[in-house]
Amino acid sequence: MADITIAERQAGDVTILDLSGKVTIGEGSVALRNAIRRLLGEGKNKILMNLAGVGYIDSSGIGELVSSFTAVNKEGGTLKLLKLTQKIQDLLAITKLLTVFDVFDDEAEALSSFE
Amino acid sequence: MPQKQEFTLPSRIESIEEAALKAEQFARKLGFGDDFISAIDLAVRESVTNAVKHGNKFDENKQVEVSFSDSGEAFEITVRDFGTGFTVEDVPDPTDAENLLKVSGRGILFMRSFMDEVEWSNPAGGGMLVKMLKKQ
Repeated sequence: MADITIAERQAGDVTILDLSGKVTIGEGSVALRNAIRRLLGEGKNKILMNLAGVGYIDSSGIGELVSSFTAVNKEGGTLKLLKLTQKIQDLLAITKLLTVFDVFDDEAEALSSFE
Repeated sequence: MPQKQEFTLPSRIESIEEAALKAEQFARKLGFGDDFISAIDLAVRESVTNAVKHGNKFDENKQVEVSFSDSGEAFEITVRDFGTGFTVEDVPDPTDAENLLKVSGRGILFMRSFMDEVEWSNPAGGGMLVKMLKKQ
């Protein structure tokens, strides 16, 4: 069974990625990297990453979020995060990455922030 | 009564999950709660990741030695690799502004954040040994 599943939805010009499972070293991180590359290849560079279903993330997974963020920025786009679990919020606070990412609890609010 | 578990794993990605699973089973058997186990789990994953990736550099001829023990006062994890070693003081602080967007380098920060004591040593025979304690 895959560590992670990534479902894609479109809301206007924003692509929402619903992640569930584990974003850890190996398969989970690679799947996320591939998903972001594919979206950027399709010209989709407004991305909202929904982490509500992510039960576990390690430092490699956090690194992959950072890598996604910089890859999207390089293409002139924006990547924002939605619905952090308490654990992910704690890890982003420890790493001071809450100062880097735009984070939302409410999807509608997150979507309107892209306008 | 002190409890201890020791095992050896090959230097591959799957060993990280295996070590974390064994840690959870060991800690759960001893009656630790979810928050405690979550901290142990993260520390084991990050330290075994370091051993497999940075220490042994995925060389499957090199093993990773892991132990868990519970003294009744603290839970101890040790992870040893057989790589060339490193100086922990030389590892850049991932929370410095210039390092915030680096992809790697946060594992040691997580280990230190979730455990009460973390120390590295160079055991006889080579490699690095990290010892982590979480007090009860």
